[in-house]
Amino acid sequence: MGEVIVVTSGKGGVGKTTTTANLGAGLASLGSRVCLIDADIGLRNLDVVMGLENRIVYDLVDVTSGNCHFRKALIKDKRFENLFLLPAAQTKDKTAVSPEQMKTLCEEIKDEFDYVIVDCPAGIEQGFRNAIAGANQAVVVTTPEVSAVRDADRIIGLLEKEDLREPKLVINRMRFQMVKHGDMMSIDDIIEILAVDLLGVVPEDELVVVSTNRGEMVVMNNASRSGQAYRNIVRRIKGEEVPMMDLEENSGLFNRLRRMIGLK
Amino acid sequence: MLDFINRIFGRENHSSRNVAKERLRLVLVHDRAGVSPELLQALKAELIQVISNYMEIDEQALEVSLDSSENQVALVANIPVKRMKRRFQTESA
Repeated sequence: MGEVIVVTSGKGGVGKTTTTANLGAGLASLGSRVCLIDADIGLRNLDVVMGLENRIVYDLVDVTSGNCHFRKALIKDKRFENLFLLPAAQTKDKTAVSPEQMKTLCEEIKDEFDYVIVDCPAGIEQGFRNAIAGANQAVVVTTPEVSAVRDADRIIGLLEKEDLREPKLVINRMRFQMVKHGDMMSIDDIIEILAVDLLGVVPEDELVVVSTNRGEMVVMNNASRSGQAYRNIVRRIKGEEVPMMDLEENSGLFNRLRRMIGLK
Repeated sequence: MLDFINRIFGRENHSSRNVAKERLRLVLVHDRAGVSPELLQALKAELIQVISNYMEIDEQALEVSLDSSENQVALVANIPVKRMKRRFQTESA
């Protein structure tokens, strides 16, 4: 029986969907059976981020309303045969599904998968309550901005109220040069404020945009730093101890020189 | 000149990073109290208990709230006292 992990943030645009897609692909590449659920009804996006938008026949609301069995609605990924997507409905709204229905659905699906990952919509209303209803673990995504961190704090409080204790934090779009110059909150600043466990830090990376443009996941790009960050997060989810990445940007001339002469 | 030196040495504290952290710290005091009104309720109940050991207070009129000014948050309690007790009981008494 698998785990149900909800990926949430409160604030929109911090990278929930990107994180969900990359965790899914990363876990699948290590051999786990993974099912991703897009719970953002009316604003379906996980399909297009994964490049699966042309394959949708049935959706989440078809399943919860009893139109079809969930197995029939699952879309198999193009790259991993053990990765599946249950897309959100695009024409309904968030009230088309109830928390009880989501709970029942997650119970059914997790019997057949190692990991069920639910992509939560932004906000704290019904869509949020639906997305967390069936989860037994939560990943909170934030960026190093005051608005995102504040919303993350709110979400962590609400998750704890719903008995999703000890949510894990992913800090996305980190810019280490800016932290060094005192122009961005550091990992430690954010952890100190939120008082939660850190699951991983994903550096700002243009390759995320490039991959998403193509409907691919950056976690599969071995040359990318953000991909490496996601691969580390995936291994931590599987219970491995993985040290945090060396987060300095290795671009400066001095750093390159030091590396050349073997000081680093 | 002094300003310039201050800027060099004091830069760390006025960096936007630290400003962000400080603003967040303050705003979250309020947010967290708002998320759990139970916290203020529980605090109120315990305050009544403790203060009642020393004086008689008007429990109905008691007010407890968080107040914020420029750079700090204060717990403000308005507790009308009806009468002082002549003898006070502490746990050790």
